[in-house]
Amino acid sequence: MPKVTYIEHDGKEHVVDAPVGQTVMEAAVKNAIPGIDADCGGACACATCHVYVDEAWAGKTGESSGMEQSMLDFANDVEETSRLSCQIKITEELDGLIVRMPKSQH
Amino acid sequence: MGEARIGRVVVVGAGQAGGEAVQRLRALDHDLEITLIGEEPLAPYQRPPLSKKFLAGELDAARLLLRPPEVYEQERIALLTGRRAVWIDRAGKRVRLDGGQELPYDALILATGSRPRKLPLAGADLAGVHLLRTAADVDAIRPRFVAGAKLVVVGAGYIGLEVAAVARQLGLEVTVIEAAVRPLARVTSPEVAGFYLDEHTAKGVRFALNAQVAVIKGTERVRAVGMADGTEIPADIVIAGIGIISETALATQCGLAVEGGIVVDRQMRTSDPAIFAIGDCVRRPLVHFNDRLGPLESVHNAIEGAKIAAAVILGKEPPPEEAPWFWSDQYDLKLQIAGQFQGYDKLVLRGNPKERAFAAFYFQAGRLIAVDAVNRPAEYLGAKQLIQRGKSVAPEILADLSKPMKEIVAAA
Repeated sequence: MPKVTYIEHDGKEHVVDAPVGQTVMEAAVKNAIPGIDADCGGACACATCHVYVDEAWAGKTGESSGMEQSMLDFANDVEETSRLSCQIKITEELDGLIVRMPKSQH
Repeated sequence: MGEARIGRVVVVGAGQAGGEAVQRLRALDHDLEITLIGEEPLAPYQRPPLSKKFLAGELDAARLLLRPPEVYEQERIALLTGRRAVWIDRAGKRVRLDGGQELPYDALILATGSRPRKLPLAGADLAGVHLLRTAADVDAIRPRFVAGAKLVVVGAGYIGLEVAAVARQLGLEVTVIEAAVRPLARVTSPEVAGFYLDEHTAKGVRFALNAQVAVIKGTERVRAVGMADGTEIPADIVIAGIGIISETALATQCGLAVEGGIVVDRQMRTSDPAIFAIGDCVRRPLVHFNDRLGPLESVHNAIEGAKIAAAVILGKEPPPEEAPWFWSDQYDLKLQIAGQFQGYDKLVLRGNPKERAFAAFYFQAGRLIAVDAVNRPAEYLGAKQLIQRGKSVAPEILADLSKPMKEIVAAA
């Protein structure tokens, strides 16, 4: 099963098994990773699952949709590799993915 | 609480609010004894998908759960499913369960939720007549929720219209019956309601508006819905989405203040300082709306209440309240709502409903109080931030599509 590493804003790392087909958000919530609230459960309605995709992985996680981009426009501390983790589907190719959580979601 | 050390917290109700509360409590206190009691057989799960992706079969039961069941044991949270709390002894600070077991508490959280209104009609107990509140309800609906089946939805609120959308996508024949003259009458403006009426009509949903159901007909199984005007609508399945009632029986039994729901303050405290209440079962002061006591039937309310109650119980700083928010998915339309539209005196549209991407902003005495945004997330999030900050923007500025929403909000 692919592994995803979540790094909290203070550097604390969490490595979790992330089933293919689920989203990066779901794997975080099911493992109680601090910093990813995902209040809406992945409906792209709340922007509380904002992450920075590690630069090395940014090309593999795909492009954000127009809706996601609009949501990110209003998130805090947005950077080049910002994504909503509910919109990134886990694939075998993403085994080893690293994402970081913004301080504002702490 | 402050003074006395809190060692034991009991949470009654294992829905989204209760599930969130125990998670927050554990995150804040490693040693706390935490018990979560739920009537349903499942660990806490998300309800919004029940009328959307779960009904459509696009989301399985495991993904519906907020967290995997084994997490509760790992985090030393005693999860008692299939159990009912039947009595609260406030003086002795104990909750009695069905079967007689008693659980002592230092702080108690009531997250008892709500139940759907039943059709008050003859025939409402026939097989094939359903309410939609639990995963079990959907499991009961699904075997006959197939292409060609005749579905009658009673009530054109969000649940009813979401069910209608899923049903049309699966190929059912759908009629929606509504007592008001338009759909979504309780929850949005005639403009937005009209847009949704047109969308559903274009997708083949038939509407009977301003119409009263008199009786559900059939022997054992439903066969038709009988209308007050004497006409009949054939039905293989009837789903009623005619509102919810807060579950307040326990609160009433133990003498807490109840006004339609359990009355709480901004800290989610009931009239008993050791008892908190969160989620659908409460009436809480809406801080962005002059502290009017409101029922908020939403995920936002469930989660926020849980965060606040957990923090207050453990003597931490609670998070600030967000402007109320909500969403509804129908077909490829994402409706995102912030604020409270009730009492608006001016409505401004940004964008054109014909393009299926627009926002309706609601004003009261010149103040922005709510937005309904259809496929327009920037307008939704922008308005939500404005309402939270107590800021307003002139209606004509919001109507001007040449100015990006982000700039409008930044300039406010």
